[in-house]
Amino acid sequence: MQTLTRHLLHAGGLALWFMLLALPLLAVRVDTLHNVVEWRWGHLMWVGVGTFVLALLWRGLAAWRQRPTLEPGPLALTLGRLLDEPHLYRPALATVLVSALIFPWLVDTYQSSIVGLALIFVVLGLGLNITVGLAGLLDLGYIAFFAVGAYCYALLNVRFGLGFWPCLPLGGLAGAACGLLLGFPILRLRGDYLAIVTLGFGSIARIVFENWEEVTGGAQGIAGVARPGLFGLEMGLEGVTIYLYYLLLLLVAVTVFATRRLQHSRIGRAWVALREDEIACAAMGVDVARTKLSAYAFGAFWAGLVGVIFAARNTYINPNSFTFTESALVLSIVVLGGMGSLVGVVLAALVLVLLPEYLRAVAEYRMLVFGAVMVLMMILRPQGLIIARRKRYRAGAAA
Amino acid sequence: MTDALLDIRGLTMDFGGLRAVDGVSLQLFPGEIVALIGPNGAGKTTLFNCITGVYRPTGGEIRVNPPKQSGRRIDGLPPHRITTLGLARTFQNIRLFNGMTALENVMLGRHCRTTTGLFGAIVPGPAARRQEQETIAASFALLEGVGLAQYADEVAGNLPYGAQRRLEIARALATTPSLLLLDEPAAGMNPQETRELDDLIVRIRDEQQVAILLIEHDMRLVMNISERIHVLEYGKLIASGTPLAIRNDPKVIEAYLGEECHA
Ligand SMILES: Nc1ncnc2c1ncn2[C@@H]1O[C@H](COP(=O)(O)OP(=O)(O)O)[C@@H](O)[C@H]1O
Ligand SMILES: [Mg+2]
Repeated sequence: MQTLTRHLLHAGGLALWFMLLALPLLAVRVDTLHNVVEWRWGHLMWVGVGTFVLALLWRGLAAWRQRPTLEPGPLALTLGRLLDEPHLYRPALATVLVSALIFPWLVDTYQSSIVGLALIFVVLGLGLNITVGLAGLLDLGYIAFFAVGAYCYALLNVRFGLGFWPCLPLGGLAGAACGLLLGFPILRLRGDYLAIVTLGFGSIARIVFENWEEVTGGAQGIAGVARPGLFGLEMGLEGVTIYLYYLLLLLVAVTVFATRRLQHSRIGRAWVALREDEIACAAMGVDVARTKLSAYAFGAFWAGLVGVIFAARNTYINPNSFTFTESALVLSIVVLGGMGSLVGVVLAALVLVLLPEYLRAVAEYRMLVFGAVMVLMMILRPQGLIIARRKRYRAGAAA
Repeated sequence: MTDALLDIRGLTMDFGGLRAVDGVSLQLFPGEIVALIGPNGAGKTTLFNCITGVYRPTGGEIRVNPPKQSGRRIDGLPPHRITTLGLARTFQNIRLFNGMTALENVMLGRHCRTTTGLFGAIVPGPAARRQEQETIAASFALLEGVGLAQYADEVAGNLPYGAQRRLEIARALATTPSLLLLDEPAAGMNPQETRELDDLIVRIRDEQQVAILLIEHDMRLVMNISERIHVLEYGKLIASGTPLAIRNDPKVIEAYLGEECHA
């Protein structure tokens, strides 16, 4: 009871203080036409009420964070159990898979299209999750690899008439090569420096695409990129959308499969160990430079791959699709999902990409909602939606 | 050259104006247990860091002669190369991979003795599968060896302090070293755990045929298990010899044991 009064008093004080601060700005209005001062008390009241509610909410959350035992909440517990027990997660997985498979037949083209976009970001999130989530290497310019893949296909297709399928692996390899290229100069960097350099790399890539007009078409970009074919079959827009949806779904499945396998392998353990303690990692005989490079390259590989699909899907690309905002979105997906947790990343990508689409009303405030969601997450669940669990090995278990 | 496993000559390490290690020469032979003692700040950990490649020494040279391999200079090599050559270490301030399980920590030690790459991890062939199984089995065995089998699936950061120290030893052993460097393994352990550590270290030496260089402040432990002792003070070796000789060396009593008495 006493704490409640304290919270109320504190919030009230804060509200008064904000009303005082806002007084000259919001309440007083000098009407120069009639030479009178207009007092808009209503505005001030809103400021007061708003501040009061926010302050209470904030203090409530803070108190909730401080609660003595940091037991996982009921939702996390259910999810955790779901992921732990095969007889629970197998049916769940099957349900998700079946719904994903029949989804395009239940909805219209528009829906398949935006879910397709979300799937692109799922792959991007999974790719960046390797670099950031597993190996703990920050990359604020990840979208550049996506751009490299997209431009790779667009150029090869428009200039040289190469088809989608041969370009798909090429795009991935181009992304990986750029990952290596970025990796070399930043092997020794950590923390803030790493953030700045990767941010710079992202910007440089975009500036190159924007200004190297002879090759990339500059700000205009490249139009007329061919959609993927299916054994020479001609498809209408609807057919292509559904086809791309399945293609992306397959790519998501492949990415999840590959990452899962890697995560619990010699290389994946080295990545996580690198994230945990670089010095100890090197002292245990892990070639830190190689391990970092492989994490950058393998993360970038998926971005390049899905970049090709992106170019094929849009048939038109320009540098505006590859700004820092997109990098930030992908990074948010990884952080929100819970660094290193695959299910978390998939969920977060779907939420962060689909939410603004479905809530058209708040689409303009996308960044604002983003910020709010991120702040809330940091307060409520700093570990992300789903905490990555460590695998349990059994002695003498047959493979 | 000698048949010393580790051969350090005139090793010097400067940090700006501070000479943390000053012309240290010492040899270690296969299967020995040798202790390195000295007051705090004497440069013991710095010496370890030079040997294991964390620091590049500013002077002198370090050679290793691993069994069945030709000897070579290791000063200036990156740490992972030195580990691959058969030197493994633990850290004074424990450096486990806290978010990984105890077993995974040990499995990481097998990294430099295994070869599975990206592709082999995604679509493992029979060889890759076998290698992973061997890694798991070997790591379980090592955990058992240091008495941590029951913690295999526990996240390393949650283990009790003494268990974390032993886990570091198991992780280092997973690299199949011919020389194990232990930096204050008994620090923070209770007397019971420390006594068990005596047996553990001797057993490791006997079973794995590994030489041990040990930094330790616990004199009972040092006198009990080491065959030779080197004493470091202000970066210089001031005495070397058997435990008995060291115990009675006036310089050592003044520099180190004397200080212990005051403390
Ligand atoms: N990275 C470093 N930079 C500067 N000085 C260092 C560094 N590492 C150790 N020193 C200094 O070297 C000396 C020896 O330290 P250390 O080897 O840790 O001593 P010990 O392990 O014997 O207690 C100390 O004076 C310490 O301050
Ligand atoms: Mg020390």
